Amino acid sequence: MNQVRQASAEVRGALAEAHRREWAFVLAATVRLAGDLDVAEECVQDAFVAALTSWTQRGIPANPGAWLTATARRRALDALRRDQTLRRKLPLLVGTDPAASAPLEWEGEGEEADVSQLPDDRLRLIFTCCHPALAPEAQVALTLRLVCGLTTLEIAHAFLVSEPTMAARITRAKKKITLARIPYRVPPAHELPDRLDAVLTVTHLLYTTGHTAPAGDRLVRAELVERSLDLARMLYTLMPDDREVRGLLALLLLTDARRATRTATNGRLLLLEEQDRSRWDRQAIGEGRQLVDQALRRGRPGRFALQAAIAAVHAEAPSYADTDWPEVLGLYDLLLNASWEFMLHDRVPYQGWVADRWRTGCRSATAPGSG
Amino acid sequence: MAKYLILIYGQESDAPPTPDQWDWMMQAHGQFAQAVDQQGGKILGGEALQPTATATSVRNDGQAVTDGPFVETKEALGGFYLIEAPDLDQALAFAKLCPAPGGGVELRPIMDTSGAPPSA
Repeated sequence: MNQVRQASAEVRGALAEAHRREWAFVLAATVRLAGDLDVAEECVQDAFVAALTSWTQRGIPANPGAWLTATARRRALDALRRDQTLRRKLPLLVGTDPAASAPLEWEGEGEEADVSQLPDDRLRLIFTCCHPALAPEAQVALTLRLVCGLTTLEIAHAFLVSEPTMAARITRAKKKITLARIPYRVPPAHELPDRLDAVLTVTHLLYTTGHTAPAGDRLVRAELVERSLDLARMLYTLMPDDREVRGLLALLLLTDARRATRTATNGRLLLLEEQDRSRWDRQAIGEGRQLVDQALRRGRPGRFALQAAIAAVHAEAPSYADTDWPEVLGLYDLLLNASWEFMLHDRVPYQGWVADRWRTGCRSATAPGSG
Repeated sequence: MAKYLILIYGQESDAPPTPDQWDWMMQAHGQFAQAVDQQGGKILGGEALQPTATATSVRNDGQAVTDGPFVETKEALGGFYLIEAPDLDQALAFAKLCPAPGGGVELRPIMDTSGAPPSA
């Protein structure tokens, strides 16, 4: 605590920024070396603590992420050396090989260590957290903990469960990864579409939890929204050619562009019809629209691209009544066809029906919008 | 490589299988064994079980002997394979190939009992 107080605002700011931007990279790079999620997590946490002192004394390094990665990996190496015998008894994460990936360049006090040669393992980390052999709630919790770096307490708050409950959930999931030998790797091409869908679903769920949760701490919910947007951006950086990844990022941007107008001053939820469109975030809408256009090109679009396309139509409509309802309906039809995904089965027909009523309504003289 | 047990569950029928059904089953399991072998796995063992009507359970408390399976389920355990696979993804791929008409399979990693006791 003393260290925290002594650290300058600048150092604390840099550390918070590094935590948000670099956590996944640092942890993913350390897991490969440690061969164990818990050991890796501990080493990364240690590295962040060490950064507080070191950065205060010696200044913030030019590349904070590289500094943290080098430090965390050095700690993992130390732990491996100390616990040679213990390690032999622990089952290693499949897909990691501490012996083979313990390069000598980490021997010295290498604050300037070059981590640019390290493979980016963030996708491995994400796919492992979102493995279908883990329960959906465990996938979500693990993603928040390991990929986004949230504490167990923060995750517990976000999902309105007690900290011990959430801790048990995370421990169980990690244990299953090790004992059932869920591999630490990006799935092969033939499994990728299904596995990626699980990752996108988790990311989307994080967003909707933060965006629509009726209860819970406002700050925690805003944090979930921000983290899911970060995650969607990270996925887009790592898999720029995938259309559903683009579709998801577009969907989140377009939905989030309306964030400021979703509630009245008294906290009441405002319907799309009641929202002040002049306050929508035009920059986010522009970026989202561009991504949607790219995601819809070539071949059959997936469910996230289609939902994003629907969101884009709403975002660009000058008013509720002037919305291009035939377009919305057509997109819902496509979405219905693409909705092999179980979660959508209940919702799509209903929303499509709403769009259908609007389309017919808008054509007739008695449509509410035309009165 | 790690060991997994594939537990095969399905609906039990009172009538014995017809010769066609029997042939189909034998063939399906033969193909399964071949696929596992070709895809780098190994079948260490496996058996089909007689119907649960033939099961007898012995409960630890008081050694009570009762007719029937330990747990009564709609889909009954009908057979198993002990397989070897490099990781869960590969084991799942084998599990998906395992014939289990009208039911499904459960995949359980085998505990290594040769070393230290499992940690908390």
